[in-house]
Amino acid sequence: MTTTIANRGLPAAEDIVGPTPGQQLRRRIFGHRGLMIGGGILLVMFLMALTAPLIAPHDPYMQSLLSRVKPPVWVTGNWDHVLGTDQLGRDYLSRLMYGAQISLLIGFAAAFISGVIGTAMGVAAGYFGGRVDMVVTFLITVRLSMPVVLVALAVVALIGGSLTVVISVLGLLLWDRYAVVMRSATLQIRQMDYVAAAKAVGCSTPRILLTEIMPNIVNNLIVVATLEMAHAILLEAALSFLGMGVQPPTPSWGLMVSEGKDYILFESWMIMIPGVALFLLVLAINLVGDGIRDVTAPEARN
Amino acid sequence: MLVYTLKRLFIAFLVALTVSLITFSLTYVAGDPATAIAGEAATEADIEYIRELYGFDRPILIQYAEWFLNAMQGDFGQSFYFKLPVADILFERLPISMTLGVCAITFAISLSIPLGVLAAMRPNSFLDRLALGISVVGQAMPSFWFALMLIVIFAVWYPILPTTGSESWEHFILPTIVLGYYATPAIMRLTRTGMLEVLGSDYIRTARAKGLPQHVVLFKHALRNAVIPVVSLAAVQFGFMLGGSIVIESIFALHGAGYLAWESIGRNDLPVVQAVVLIFSLFYIVLTFLSDLLNAWLDPRIRVG
Repeated sequence: MTTTIANRGLPAAEDIVGPTPGQQLRRRIFGHRGLMIGGGILLVMFLMALTAPLIAPHDPYMQSLLSRVKPPVWVTGNWDHVLGTDQLGRDYLSRLMYGAQISLLIGFAAAFISGVIGTAMGVAAGYFGGRVDMVVTFLITVRLSMPVVLVALAVVALIGGSLTVVISVLGLLLWDRYAVVMRSATLQIRQMDYVAAAKAVGCSTPRILLTEIMPNIVNNLIVVATLEMAHAILLEAALSFLGMGVQPPTPSWGLMVSEGKDYILFESWMIMIPGVALFLLVLAINLVGDGIRDVTAPEARN
Repeated sequence: MLVYTLKRLFIAFLVALTVSLITFSLTYVAGDPATAIAGEAATEADIEYIRELYGFDRPILIQYAEWFLNAMQGDFGQSFYFKLPVADILFERLPISMTLGVCAITFAISLSIPLGVLAAMRPNSFLDRLALGISVVGQAMPSFWFALMLIVIFAVWYPILPTTGSESWEHFILPTIVLGYYATPAIMRLTRTGMLEVLGSDYIRTARAKGLPQHVVLFKHALRNAVIPVVSLAAVQFGFMLGGSIVIESIFALHGAGYLAWESIGRNDLPVVQAVVLIFSLFYIVLTFLSDLLNAWLDPRIRVG
């Protein structure tokens, strides 16, 4: 009954006021194709990583010498091993699922560590300027001059490859883009009137940084974080591929490509499957990052 | 311009010094280097002997100063593995990496600048979308995997190209594509944004109003200005490529400096690794220094500001 009264020839409330900011945001999010596709793939990868122990058809470490290098089902394989088995007879699908855990873990952890370092440096440089800015800019230049793959390889090899080492080394190496972006974002925000107002009422510097600066640069931070997460995942895969990253028998996707390399002549699916998984994951993260940038700052699109 | 040059030069020198310090500290990152060189079966006396032989028993600052001064004179010490001067091994390998780098950046530029210009001419057209697609795919594809896929296609399915070694120019085709493709997205995006910006400016409208033909407007008026930031990006990308060549060279067994570094990392041959890191970094520093100068020369606002 109420609906008939409300609609009797009169415009509805939202036609007069227009959609609320929340509705606008939701519309932008769900109307963004890249964000939806990327988000969808990422969600599937996430669920795959989280529920790997439950849904994986086999133990990813279980070797079976009798069924080595069995091709996937669409080549000539059977449904017991949908994606086939590797050179030690381990189920490829199960290894792929557990591999998602490794990639996502490394991506998140490395992006987090480098994010803390880079954001602290960038915000300090942008807010305080002067000497602090000079030192930070100098450190960024130094960091950019070092070939990251080579240094990461050398350090991981010297200390010994493991998940923790790879995460720490990547975390300590990938902060440059955070610092660059956070610095320039802070430089812009610093000149805003509300920062001056906060200073005028006597807010402490930490408080200004946390409650005035940070909320206004967090969008940029998220976008850089997705880029660096993708970067870290690719680097881990490259390190593991070169044999200086995560060590066997851990099911890292880069390692799987490396192990499949010996079968490149006749069993090229062995490198294709983990490669496609890596590609999809990184693509999804990049799409989500671009999407967040478009949705939060549509004017920044080129 | 002179003041600016000197200032830049001083900063570049400081950066080089810091990089060399970090590179040197790789020796100590995994603990006592003497124990590592001596191997697992070494006795206490062996380790002590090696420590003295390589001078690890002296204060670290003196070791660094000596290493740095020698490196500046082209002496990177002895390779643990080859028992030869590092410089000799390295300078034999470096031309291959440089060749690969130059080929790759040429490939990247000749692919990305035309694509970027075409994309900017008709935004949201099919070509623009294609260019965007290429850059999105390029950023998500692991380079080592792309290399292996090219091997599968051009050496397994259609055996027309060699995949390992560096004897002929044909050996460089696949590595060039992989390494060049890696730098394409960034250069293309920058060209496109720059062109879009320039094409919207007043002097382009004036040029069009004068009745100049399209190609003159595009290439003589617009591209010249849009390409300035691309030059410095290309310099930076060239530096990154040298670093990235380690992955590509080891897949294609191109006997360049990157491959040497990878082998040496596996052999615990630290002096060689340090030399490669230092050389690649110095190269990057010199490149960025030159591109800074070029930019300042082209754009007076940079010099003053």
